[in-house]
Parts: sequence; C-alpha cells; structure tokens
Amino acid sequence: MTSQPEPTEQAENAIELKAVEGKSQGKIVRERFFHHRGAIVALVALILVALLSLTSIGFPVFGWYVGGWWQYNPAETMALENAGGTPTLTMPWSEAGFAIGNHPFGQDTIGRDIFARTMKGVQTTMVIMVVVGAVATVIGVLVGALSGFFRGFTDTLLMRITDLFITMPLLVIGAVLGKLVGSASAVPLALVLGAITWTTLARLVRGEFLSLREREFVDAARVAGASNSRIIFKHILPNAMGVIIVTVTLLMSAAILLEAALSYLDFGIKEPTISLGRMISDYQSSFSTRPWLFWWPGMFIITIVLCINFIGDGLRDAFDPRQKRLPSARAMAKATRREHQSSSVATS
Amino acid sequence: MSTQTAPEQPVATAEPILTVRDLSVDFFVEGEWFPAATGVSYDVHPGEVLAIVGESGSGKSQSSMSLLGLLPTNGRATGSAKLGETELIGLTGAPMRRIRGNEMAVIFQEPMTALNPVYPIGFQIVETLRTHIDMGPAAAKERAIELLTLVEMPDPATRFNSYPHQLSGGQRQRAMIAQSLACDPKLLIADEPTTALDVTVQAEILKLMRDLRNRIDSGIVLITHDMGVVADMADKIIVMRRGEVVESGTAEEIFSRPQHEYTKELLGAVPHLGGVSATEVREGAPAARPEQPAAVTGEPVMIAEDMIIEYPKRGRTPAFRAVDGVSLTIGAGEVVGLVGESGSGKTTIGRAVVGLLPVTGGSLRIDDRDMVGISPKDLRALRKRVGIVFQDPGSSLNPRLPIGESIGEPLYLHTGIKGAELTKKIDVLLDQVELPRSMRNRYPHELSGGQRQRVGIARALSLEPTILVADEPTSALDVSVQANVLELFSELQREHGFACLFISHDLAVVEMLSNRIAVMHHGKLAEIGSTAQVVHHPQDPYTQRLIAAVPVPDPAEQKVRRERRDQLLAEAAAELAAEEQYEVQHRRGPRTEL
Repeated sequence: MTSQPEPTEQAENAIELKAVEGKSQGKIVRERFFHHRGAIVALVALILVALLSLTSIGFPVFGWYVGGWWQYNPAETMALENAGGTPTLTMPWSEAGFAIGNHPFGQDTIGRDIFARTMKGVQTTMVIMVVVGAVATVIGVLVGALSGFFRGFTDTLLMRITDLFITMPLLVIGAVLGKLVGSASAVPLALVLGAITWTTLARLVRGEFLSLREREFVDAARVAGASNSRIIFKHILPNAMGVIIVTVTLLMSAAILLEAALSYLDFGIKEPTISLGRMISDYQSSFSTRPWLFWWPGMFIITIVLCINFIGDGLRDAFDPRQKRLPSARAMAKATRREHQSSSVATS
Repeated sequence: MSTQTAPEQPVATAEPILTVRDLSVDFFVEGEWFPAATGVSYDVHPGEVLAIVGESGSGKSQSSMSLLGLLPTNGRATGSAKLGETELIGLTGAPMRRIRGNEMAVIFQEPMTALNPVYPIGFQIVETLRTHIDMGPAAAKERAIELLTLVEMPDPATRFNSYPHQLSGGQRQRAMIAQSLACDPKLLIADEPTTALDVTVQAEILKLMRDLRNRIDSGIVLITHDMGVVADMADKIIVMRRGEVVESGTAEEIFSRPQHEYTKELLGAVPHLGGVSATEVREGAPAARPEQPAAVTGEPVMIAEDMIIEYPKRGRTPAFRAVDGVSLTIGAGEVVGLVGESGSGKTTIGRAVVGLLPVTGGSLRIDDRDMVGISPKDLRALRKRVGIVFQDPGSSLNPRLPIGESIGEPLYLHTGIKGAELTKKIDVLLDQVELPRSMRNRYPHELSGGQRQRVGIARALSLEPTILVADEPTSALDVSVQANVLELFSELQREHGFACLFISHDLAVVEMLSNRIAVMHHGKLAEIGSTAQVVHHPQDPYTQRLIAAVPVPDPAEQKVRRERRDQLLAEAAAELAAEEQYEVQHRRGPRTEL
C-alpha cells in the first residue's frame, strides 16, 4: 500500500492542472475577474462614485444622520452665485483656470445646489439598484429553482406565471403599481420593480437547474440520502451561482434605467425625494437655457450603468470555464525569448 | 530514449511519406511554455500503420495534430515534419489548406461531433472533393457514392442523403472514413477511431481499416490508448509518456520484447480477455478465481425476477422499455459482472438497484425490501445499505464541494455525526482508497481522473453497503490507472465483503473481478454463467460474437482471433444490419448511455 498517489496518475492531466494548481474554484474566478481590465476600472469607478455621494452630503443610518463634508444640503435654497446659476466649476483649459467654487454643478432656478442634489440622487439610485437586485434574486432564484428541479406540473404552473409577467409591459405595470404603493420614497418603488423584473433570472436559473439536475453528482447526493431541499440548496445552487451573479448585475443596471424612465414619466420618485431620473424630468424644460441641470444627473446615470455593465461582463467571463483567455502574441514571444536566453546560458 | 526508428525496417520498401524529426509541441500556460511533447521522431512509409500509443496527457494527439496545424492558439510546434518534400511545421494559410484533406486526412474519435449535423453526409464528402479537385457536382456525387461503397456503407445511394443523426455510430464512422479518403490522401491520421464505438462495431471498423490499407496504399498514423487495437492493426509502434517517446519498434518487438520499463508496465496493466492479466489482481484475489459454481453463493442480497424497467412516455415519444424481463440474483459478497453494449440496459439496471429509477414490472428485492412501488421512507432506509460508483468521476463529484465533504455526506446524512468525529471517519476512508489525508480539502478539479475515482469509491463505501453498484467505474480512466483502481477495488471488496454489481462494456475488466457474468442484449439477459464458462464457452450467439470482437493485446493471438471473428461477423452480417437498424430506431430513447 502506497500512501502517495502514483506518478502516472499525476501526469495524466498535468497541463490543465498546471493552470489551477492549488487554487479553489473561487480563487480561479477571482483571478480571472481581476485580469479583466474593463471590469476592474468599472469597479473602482463605481466605488468612487458611491463614496463621493455618501461622504459629501452624508446619509441616514437608523434615524441618525451621518453628516458629510459638503457645505450645503439638497433642499436648501440660496441666492444665486453666478448669473442664472451657472456652474462654478471651471476647467484648467478655460480662461479662469481650474476652480471648484461654491456650486461646482451649478444651481437651479430657486438656488438649490445641484451638486448636493445629484449626490442625493446617486444615493437613491444605488438604494433602488440594491433593493431591486435583492428582491429579483430572491423571487427569480426561487421560481427558477423550483420549476427546474421539480419539472412537470410545478414547472408548467410557475413558467406560465412567469410568461404572464413577461407579457405585461414593464413600464405600464411599474407605473400603475408604483402609483399604488405610494411612490414618494425609493424603497417601496424598488420593491415593486424587483417584483416584476425577476422573470429573466427565473428562466435562466430554471435552465441551469434543468441541466445540473442531470449531472451525476446530483444522483450521488440522492443515493447518499440527501433530501430535495438539500440537493437544491447545497448541491445545485452553488453550481448555478455564476449565472445568477451575472444576470443580477445586468438586471440591476436595467433597474436603474427603468427607475429613471418611470420618474421621467412622472410615475416614479416624487418630490421631496430626489432621484437622478426625477431631476432630469424636473429640469427638462430648461434644457436649452440651463443645460447643466440636465447634464450632471444624466452623466451619473450613464457612469453607473456603464460601470455595472462592465462589471457584469467581467463576471461572466470569470465564471465561464469555457472562455479561456487567449495569451497575447507578445507575451508568448517574450516567454520564448526568455527560454532561449536561459538555454544559451545553460550551454555556455 | 530511442527516438530514431531503425532504417532497416522490413516494411520500409519505399521512400517514407512522412518524416518527423525532433518535433516538439509546447503550450503557453500562465506565462510559460509548458512542453506537451518533446523530440518526437518517426517515419511513415506507404501502406504502413504506425501506432502512437500512450495514456492521456502523453502528447500523442497533440504531436499529430500539430502536423496539420490544428494546435490551439496557445500551442506552438517546433522541429521538422516533412510530408514528401513539404515542410509542415510553420506552414499556414493557403498552402496548408491545400494539404489538409487532400494529401493528409484525419479520422476523428467521435463521428457525431466531427460530422456537421445540419448537412447530409453526402454533401460533406462532395464538399471535400470539390474543394481540392476540379469536379462537377454530378461527378462528385458519383465519386462520393463510390467512396461510401468502398467503406461498405449499406445502401450507399440512399445514405448519401442521410444526416449524421440518422445513422448508427458505426455507419457514422464509416462516413467519416469515406470523407477522409475522398482525395486519396497519402497520409491518414486516425485519432482514436474506434474509442467511441461498441466492441462489435469496433471490430467491423478495424476490419474495414485493415482492408482499406491494403487497397489504398497510404500511410496510416493510428493514435490510440487501446493495446488491443494496436495489436490488431499496427506494423510499427511508438510508445509515448509525458511528451516523450520512450520506445519504438515493430509491433512484434514491442509486444514480445518490450525494452522500456514503462512499456512493460503498460502491457502488464492491460486487461487481457481470457488470460486475466493485471497480475496484481490475480495474485490479490485467489479465492475469486475461475472455479466458481454457476449458482449463487451466500444469502441473496438482490433478487430480480422478470424485472421490467420503462422510461415513461414523454410528449410524443412513446414509453421506452430499457429492461425487459431480466431475472438476476446476487449473493452476499459476490461480484456479478453485467456486460453489454451501449443501449443494452445495463446502466438502467444499476440505477434501479440503488433506487434512482422506479421498477415498472416484475419484482426486484434488494436486501429484503421490495423495490416496486417503494415508499420514500423505505427508500431512505435502503440507501443506507447500497452504494454506487459512477462512470465519470469528473461529473459525479460536486465541483463546489471539497472532496472530504463529498465523502462525508452519506455519513452526515444517515448517522448525523459531524465535526471532528466525521473528519476522523473521512480520514479512515481516504486511507482505505490510498489517498493522502491532506487531500480532504481539495476540490475535484485539482485531482487527476484516477484520484477522483478513488474519491467516488470512498464515498460509496462510507456507509459499509451490503451491495455496491459499480457503473463502468474505470472506463474513463487510462489503463495503468485503471489497473491500480481495479486492484484497489478488489482489495476493498475482499476486506469489506460487499456484494457487487459490476457494470462494464469491457469484458476483460469484468473477467478480472467477477465470479459470474451476465450478458445483456437489447434489454434482455442473453446469457448468465460463471466467468470461466461465459468467457471460454459462450453459448448464446450474441455472447460469442461479443467475445470474438474483443481485441487482445497480443498480435499473434489477435491474428488467430481476427480470422475467427471475421468468420463470425460474416455469419452474423444480416443480424448485425438488423441491429444497426434497431439502434437507429431506438436512438430517441430518453437517456442515452455513454
């Protein structure tokens, strides 16, 4: 009896093993994600935006208000600093040189600080994004997992319900429900949006479950005596995590746009709550006279959505085992040169 | 290391078609070049079959694919390979395309994936022809039908318009061969051409390839891991291990006087039908050897009577009867081999025994529990008493669980032990299957195939089952690994004394382990008897054919067997045609076995 594995067994898939040597599945995914330059830049940018909005005007925690470093709050009205409320932010290449000033993003007609309002809007948007993501994940994963695992009648029933949700136009149903739950604040609206956007996720999770339940490790778990819920949550769900994470990130970016669209149509967030979509809607009439009222919130919507899409893209690449990063020709040539050098050193 | 093929080969009558010198293949992994094959040299002469033998990862496929420029983007080939006067290494673009399919063709392992499913096979052959030869569509069609006739495709004119899914596995491989022969290539590379096929079909394809090499006068490079196939076909052999050629010579030399340790080891590890090779197993299991009565020994733990298992009808597909009236009894501590070709229902029986499939009719009693209409509670209790080892160790372990958790799961679920106590039991199980205890926290993807299968065995044994189902436990493994796993398996079987239903398509493996053998054919039991009786004096005509079709790793013996086989095949030709038809008709069964 040898306690060491035979060398022949080790050699068998040596090349594949070399790339994963001593790494857990999670570590491999992480490493692939960190190699995706776009996703990393997007992740950093998103974190910076979040930090900026949280620290500048502060945020409420369980009734307490943590103050920020910015001197104005979003609702405060003041005298206009520049004529018409134009931004005090000037660029280094302009005549005045670089300056931030008191109202870098400008002021609106009644003198409120646009920077503070935009930051507040970013916070609202992020809250909506997270809540929609959470609600949609819970519903979508549950529906998808149950119908994919049990198939048959359960599947038919749940999938027809899903179809029903898909047939209804998202904007209309969101508008009606949003109105009903009282859309004054962000969280109820986000709950409603989450409750209608889970359909794509449910379908993808179902597909994943349908294929995973045929895998032999599920049979093995069943023979080991595992119950259905254990098989679903312990064995299949972790293997479907890749699909879920990727879909949810993309769903979150779609939710931001949906909220913006609803608020723009006057069905979403209402005063005094501020959201980026709300700001665009409020200021649309002044687009030609005071474009900054419109640009800043728009720019932040684009930045956040782009970042999330890039992160989703990076995650998809990281979770997809079939997608191998092709080495660049330069890296390969470099390794060849290094090899030649070491061999010439060895011979001399 | 003898990389030079001796120039005074008896077969080397003409100039070599292919001259490979110092061929190396490297892969770019994690910023470094990692060698897959180094310093490979050989010659191939017209009408000669050169077999490249080795286990997975030995670089046999990669070195041959580099000849055609078919390496993945992160691969690189260096050295020299000359086809006639043309240097192949570094050749790209149009000159390479002129050679591919025209002067050099490939027969791939799996014809279902190598043929395009959306085009009829005739179209695919015509495409190859018209790419390389200036030929009208009518002439090309005529030539294609001629080629299909050459590869003995039944009814070639009709088959010309058939799609790959309408053909049986053997017919698909024939179509693939016809396509590769389309332009009379000087060199044919056959990459495991029969690995995906059943033994009787494999025998036919091998016969076809033997006939063809006499007729077409091209050189054949046969890449395979199966020593039986090598013994049947090869003139010259090179043996590769870990990217290096360890030995080369004529077939006769390699088989009768292997020089290198590895070659000897490899030949020793190959199960030899009728001879019981894999020496350790024979020494290890003296009690289990031939003189066993045909009757059941010990208290029966599994009794099947007229068992019927059906896959229920789904949509418009009618119910499929996978097992039809099988009666089989297994005694305590007895190993019964269940042999059959794909679709014969052997895996279905195995799954029914562990309660993964319901029994439709007849009766099946496992450990004194009736499996027909068993209640979930009884089934749960039964699962304490049964275990199963699956075919593909890559798929049967949850990729997200460390292997220790996979092994401990049955223990945790049935006995409720956890923490340090569970860890201790897992360590004992790891010791039993000869894996280091430190592997407990590794994930399946970090293990080699053999190690994964050991984990599968440890999990199946964790509850000390009375009956263990082993569903092709070694068919996904290399021969030397297979020998080790089989040795371990028989050792554990003697120690623990469980009864075992050993399912396999490989008669030689079953012969090594079983007391009795049952042969399945189209869902029915064709024959059952003691191992010696079934292997040496088969009664049923199907069993006779099956046994004759198994190639043995000994060229001289295989020659004798081949003649007998061809005779049997000729006798059974009509029946075989009917069988291929059967296979095609039942292809739409809900579960296709691998």
